[in-house]
Amino acid sequence: MPGMTPPAIRATGLVKRYGETTALGGVDLEVPTGSVCGVLGPNGAGKTTAVRILTTLSSATSGTAEVAGFDVATQSTEVRRRIGLAAQDATVDGLLTGRENLVMIGELHHLGRRRARARADELLGQFTLVDARDRLAKDYSGGMRRRLDLAATLVARPDVLFLDEPTTGLDPRARNDLWDVLDRLVDGGSTLLLTTQYLEEADRLAKEIVVIDHGLVIARGDARSLKRQIGGDQLEVIPVRREDLPAVAMLVERVSGHEAIVDEGARRVTAHSSSGVGAIAELALALRGEAIEVEDLGLHQPSLDDVFLTLTGKPAEPVADAAGEPAIEEPAR
Amino acid sequence: MSAVQSPRPTEIAAAPGDVPRAGSALSDVWVIARRGLVHMRRQPEVLADVTIQPVMFVLLFAYVFGGAIAVPDGGDYKEFLMGGIFAQTIVFTCFGVAMGLAADRGNGAIDRFRSLPIARGAVLGGHALANVIKTILPIVLMALCGLLVGWRPNGSVLDTLGGFGLMFAFSFAMIWVGVLMGSVLSSPEAVQGVTFTVLFPLTFIASTFVPTQTLPGVLRTIAEWNPTSSLADGLRSLFGNPGGIAPVDGPWSLQHPVLYTLIWVVGIIAVCAPLAISRYQRSITD
Repeated sequence: MPGMTPPAIRATGLVKRYGETTALGGVDLEVPTGSVCGVLGPNGAGKTTAVRILTTLSSATSGTAEVAGFDVATQSTEVRRRIGLAAQDATVDGLLTGRENLVMIGELHHLGRRRARARADELLGQFTLVDARDRLAKDYSGGMRRRLDLAATLVARPDVLFLDEPTTGLDPRARNDLWDVLDRLVDGGSTLLLTTQYLEEADRLAKEIVVIDHGLVIARGDARSLKRQIGGDQLEVIPVRREDLPAVAMLVERVSGHEAIVDEGARRVTAHSSSGVGAIAELALALRGEAIEVEDLGLHQPSLDDVFLTLTGKPAEPVADAAGEPAIEEPAR
Repeated sequence: MSAVQSPRPTEIAAAPGDVPRAGSALSDVWVIARRGLVHMRRQPEVLADVTIQPVMFVLLFAYVFGGAIAVPDGGDYKEFLMGGIFAQTIVFTCFGVAMGLAADRGNGAIDRFRSLPIARGAVLGGHALANVIKTILPIVLMALCGLLVGWRPNGSVLDTLGGFGLMFAFSFAMIWVGVLMGSVLSSPEAVQGVTFTVLFPLTFIASTFVPTQTLPGVLRTIAEWNPTSSLADGLRSLFGNPGGIAPVDGPWSLQHPVLYTLIWVVGIIAVCAPLAISRYQRSITD
């Protein structure tokens, strides 16, 4: 029944100012029930600020937001009953065991001691933490902490889940593990809002992606349409001999139909490509035809940098820009 | 991760009868207080603060410094000491509260609590309750240690109970000082700094370990009106120990130490509690 139920998250014109600094400059957001929204942006873009307002931790300077049908400003307790929040730095209690952490959250959700324990054991099983359940959380690995944190957000079976950079700081293996967990959550039909700095992550987990930068939404849509805006995947060739670079650039332009960028220093030619893996085969044949030896040939997904370069003309990293103006840092908590 | 089964919150949420009950504020406070007590148990340095340290203080002053300190009316120093050492411990209640709050603010625990449907004030209440319970342990240990070295409460049972009641009243007031410190100061390190540069000397410029008459000029005046002194002397008078009620030519505060201490209790709560709550609210919202 699309259109029948109200959206799980609806935000209109959210503005947040800290003194002179504008962390959010008027953000609109609508996440339908049962869908996944990825909020993509670099450090300091305003992602955490938006999540804090939507989870009632911070109040907006102006604008309104409803989560699970309740106003975050005036009906915060109703909102808190229905949400789960995994904050950026996995705020599990290090001096409690994994199980004690989950039981405590259950008790604070008023499940009662017995049901809180049962629910904790259930979640420890689902998140493969049974063996570690009686160890102090401070001795957990980064990946285990994240899983415990995620389990904690699910204790009361929330309607809407907020995950603020769930995989930041994890090694690739732990990140993959967590993605599997999130995949299952998504398959289970949760409404989920996750923030990320990684396009790959947003692409893998979310159908709808909102790109924000400096507190403003600069693009939104599904991964495919975003990539179309960016120009698809990146074709990359590294020839063995530097003197082949101009010839390689010509071939790359012919195959991809896009302008080739030559990096003399890295001995690399790159170009956007929208024709998928076929481009590699075609390019490999063409290179062999010209007898050009190649060290590396590949097709890469556009990175967040590519997205930002295309959308804003600036790199995504929050380095001080040319005018020397420092990037907005998200407020420390 | 192949063993991970699908956690399906929305599907499970449809299970009947699984709507969270309206919880009582008291149970929220208790859950958070219990966490504070578990924290204490699992941090050896904190546990030492409330166990080994008070015992060490009693022994140090009773046997190392005590011999050099003359008690008014020629009483026994060990009898004099206990009121002061109890008073100092009670004043330091605020330290534990402030450390706990500053740490929780720094590591995101307060945000996690605030994203849960708990009663307003449950986090503060939990910290407060945990710290009141935390002061029981050193008081009991010090009392036992005092009994071993020769201290005796010589007053009536009612007076003795009144003494312990006075300790809890003052400890409750100091909790609000702790909330204020924990909300204004940005880190546990800052809390430690303020405690050892301001609070620690304040508990020494008092009748804690020496009679105020032995102090020179201004220090003597400060000591006479310092509530640490009146708390210590009030406890001495209730326990029937030497150094209790000041003679008629003494300051009013120490002629009526129990009353003066209670005025401070009311004053601290009246001033610090509203201020502490508003500063705390401001420190956690932005």
